[in-house]
Amino acid sequence: MKLYEYNAFELSEMLRKREISSVELTASVLDRADEVDGKVNAYLKTDRELSLKSAENADKLIASGEAKSRLAGIPVGIKDNISTAGILTTCASKMLENYVPVFNATVIEKLNAAGAVITGKLNMDEFAMGSSTENSFFKTTKNPFDLTRVPGGSSGGSAAAVSCGEAVIALGSDTGGSIRQPASLCGVVGLKPTYGSVSRYGLVAFASSLDQIGPFGRCVKDVALLQDEIQGHDKMDATSAARSYPSLYDSLSGDVAGLKIGIPSEYYGEGVKPEVAEAVMNCVSELEKRGAKAVPISLPSTKYALSAYYIIACAEASSNLARFDGVKYGYRAKDCDGLIDMYEKTRSEGFGREVKRRIMLGTFVLSSGYFDAYYKKAKLLQKRIAKEFEDAFKTVDVIVTPTSPSEAFKIGDKVSDPLEMYKADICTVTVNIAGLPAVSVPCGYSEAGLPYGMQIIGRKFDEKTVLNLAYAHETAFGGFRRPEI
Amino acid sequence: MLLKGYEVVVGLEVHAELNTKTKIYCNCRNSFGLEVNTQVCPICLGMPGTLPTLNEKVVEYAIKMGHALNCSINRVCKQDRKNYFYPDLPKSYQISQADIPLCQNGYLDVILENGEVKRVGVERIHIEEDAGKLLHSDKFDGSLVDFNRCGVPLIEIVSKPDMRGSAEAKAYLETIRSILKYIDISDCKMQEGSIRCDVNVSVHKPGEPFGTRCEMKNVNSFSAAVRGIDFEAERQIEILESGGTVVQETRRWDDQKGVSVSMRTKEDAQDYRYFPEPDLLTIVVPEEKVKELKDTLPELPNAKIMRYSSDYGLSRYDAAMIVDVPEKSAFFEKCIEAGCKAPKLLANWVLGEISKFMNEGTAIEDTKLTAEKMSELVGLISDGKISTAAAKTIFDVIVKEDRDIISIIEEKGLSQVSDEAALEAIADEVLKANEKSVSDYLGGKTNALGYLVGQCMKASKGKANPGVMKEIILKKIGG
Repeated sequence: MKLYEYNAFELSEMLRKREISSVELTASVLDRADEVDGKVNAYLKTDRELSLKSAENADKLIASGEAKSRLAGIPVGIKDNISTAGILTTCASKMLENYVPVFNATVIEKLNAAGAVITGKLNMDEFAMGSSTENSFFKTTKNPFDLTRVPGGSSGGSAAAVSCGEAVIALGSDTGGSIRQPASLCGVVGLKPTYGSVSRYGLVAFASSLDQIGPFGRCVKDVALLQDEIQGHDKMDATSAARSYPSLYDSLSGDVAGLKIGIPSEYYGEGVKPEVAEAVMNCVSELEKRGAKAVPISLPSTKYALSAYYIIACAEASSNLARFDGVKYGYRAKDCDGLIDMYEKTRSEGFGREVKRRIMLGTFVLSSGYFDAYYKKAKLLQKRIAKEFEDAFKTVDVIVTPTSPSEAFKIGDKVSDPLEMYKADICTVTVNIAGLPAVSVPCGYSEAGLPYGMQIIGRKFDEKTVLNLAYAHETAFGGFRRPEI
Repeated sequence: MLLKGYEVVVGLEVHAELNTKTKIYCNCRNSFGLEVNTQVCPICLGMPGTLPTLNEKVVEYAIKMGHALNCSINRVCKQDRKNYFYPDLPKSYQISQADIPLCQNGYLDVILENGEVKRVGVERIHIEEDAGKLLHSDKFDGSLVDFNRCGVPLIEIVSKPDMRGSAEAKAYLETIRSILKYIDISDCKMQEGSIRCDVNVSVHKPGEPFGTRCEMKNVNSFSAAVRGIDFEAERQIEILESGGTVVQETRRWDDQKGVSVSMRTKEDAQDYRYFPEPDLLTIVVPEEKVKELKDTLPELPNAKIMRYSSDYGLSRYDAAMIVDVPEKSAFFEKCIEAGCKAPKLLANWVLGEISKFMNEGTAIEDTKLTAEKMSELVGLISDGKISTAAAKTIFDVIVKEDRDIISIIEEKGLSQVSDEAALEAIADEVLKANEKSVSDYLGGKTNALGYLVGQCMKASKGKANPGVMKEIILKKIGG
């Protein structure tokens, strides 16, 4: 077995026991990237020299006995919308093709402090808008299980890299499913943490009230390990929650006896492939054998969620992306006739189609005369959806649904039909709207061997129960299945 | 007061920069006049991924102003984004407050020049961030931006359209400035742009409903506000008189040319697409805090003016002149505390000699002058122990040196002579030498008396008590 194939928690042990070095491990991961990334297109940027240098430092830290974190020496891939000082952070957009941040995101500061090794920046849909990574200005990432299919999105690079061993673990961001859906399509584990549990400082904002950074791994333990490192209150982020964040990794027991699992009928009907629904229910039955109890529930406002989500997300995006105006950094159009012309050309040429579509949608719903009809109504729906979850969690401990309505679709299949693409988020957006934690774990495979994902949703800040159930499921279902490339 | 038969209605939006140590959403220093683009960080530059965190001092300062303007305080309120593109606005939105301001529904009593009190309604006070500044020069093409001012905290104070004409507007603005200084939340330096205002003007015939208003931007001084209001009122009246209608629009005041120019009409009004700022939490101010802030308010300038005129007999005008400068007012009050029994005379000195050196840029505390000595000096004058001229000589000494007043009087022989026998001798001599003036006076030229008193004063080397001297002369010439 090659080093890049091990899980992070195993590698962490091996590093601590000095059986391997971080330099060897990092080299193994980067070699793997050299080997397969020409086919997968997960990375936008790697810097072997820089990564090996930080691996060397990690080795010294471990040797000195001062490494406090389990992540010391572990290679981590970073989605390219997370700011890295001195390293290009493009958000996969022409607009930021040459943008190098002068500061680190809080999560990067935390990883650096832990002695983790950053392997590079991972591909994504431009500004995290999309469900297939086809909206990257630079390249389309391929699904490691079938290179003609999408890896999901927007964190498609992170999911694909972890899946095929180009990264041991990775960070993504999730605004409406952007961690969970690609995790599902690439057969890995992805956690969207509770809103407020991971600092957003340094995450290039798409929709501020919905965005959350979260971890990818090939197993639940690895996801817990990475989440342990990045969670916590940050005074740089006013929306970050000041509370205690006990270790999730240490809390994984696999004991689910007596746990009540809500099964909302709305997530298993129209729009969701029967095979996916069946795979999820089979896993729930397995969990019942281990002492959990499935309870049918209803979340009737789910049908409004997609509309509410796209209104709120686009409204915030239209404002968040207004700063890309050609004045201070990033792309500026040439041959402009005055200020307004410069703005118009820069933004017309610098943004891709999907980004422009959402900026226009968002601008529209915030316009005077439409604000009440769209934005205000969407915010009311948000409250209602959150309330339904809250009520449901009075009787159940977790809610289980499919993550994605189908397995990975073909590259190009949904590009010309944005609404079809938006429906890929149908099972995931409610979680962001309600600010809840949810994990996606592999739960079955199609006849062609493509992974299905199961989503486990929990109460606010109850990542512990969510991950523990995921862990129990993983034990019962069997671990990660490696794609053949 | 009517202008050509029209009532001129004015509403004002005053923007005041707060003098907090740091900016509103980051830890950059809040200061004026430093090297361009040095007081900046990724947050106030709006770099991708940065987030604002609210400086709580800004909320406290704004609440203080809310109390000073008798507002109700919205203990629970939010911040909103105001979206528009301009190169001095790095995020392309300004964080402000839209539908729920921190303070609202207040009023301000303004003392007008004629001493009357006018109550002006205050609609709201909200907090927001300032933008940067564009720099233009012949030395380069295009424009440059200085981002130092980005994120400097502002309060916007919006009045009701309760003022009638430019004089009331001026008095309102001066009162606002005075309050800002007294509660010490703004430096109030107009030339540094720390107070700016937008002016709304409309005109109508008395008894008729309000006319269509125009908003004027870029009004950067109080005198510009007066000129702008007068110009705008005349312009609107002219339109109406020639049978036209006033169009609701935003105009730009060009102070150099003394004219307002149309910027945009209501139809082209910008849509700022306000929505709640998702990066910031709801502002929740505890009730105790609101009360505590009210208790920290000092006596406000208007109350001082009223007190000076009722307790010390000062005219409202003189009282306002003293109160306008907190340092003068503080010194005045210290003198009273030190036992000064002639407040009106004291006021004359504060507005005269003391203002003179202060206008030249010298602060009272930079001199040797103390409230005790000033009080003693005024006492000696009012008791007739020294003349005003002598007092002036003494004043010049005690401003520069830490000396005992009595020793100065003795050294310079400045004590005033009120001894009638001595004064009569002087009078006899002067009258003898000026028989012409005496006959002039008796012939009806009353100002000849002043000349005679003056001659006596001269003969006494300024030591004679002029009041007593005058009485003696009148007695002698039988006038």
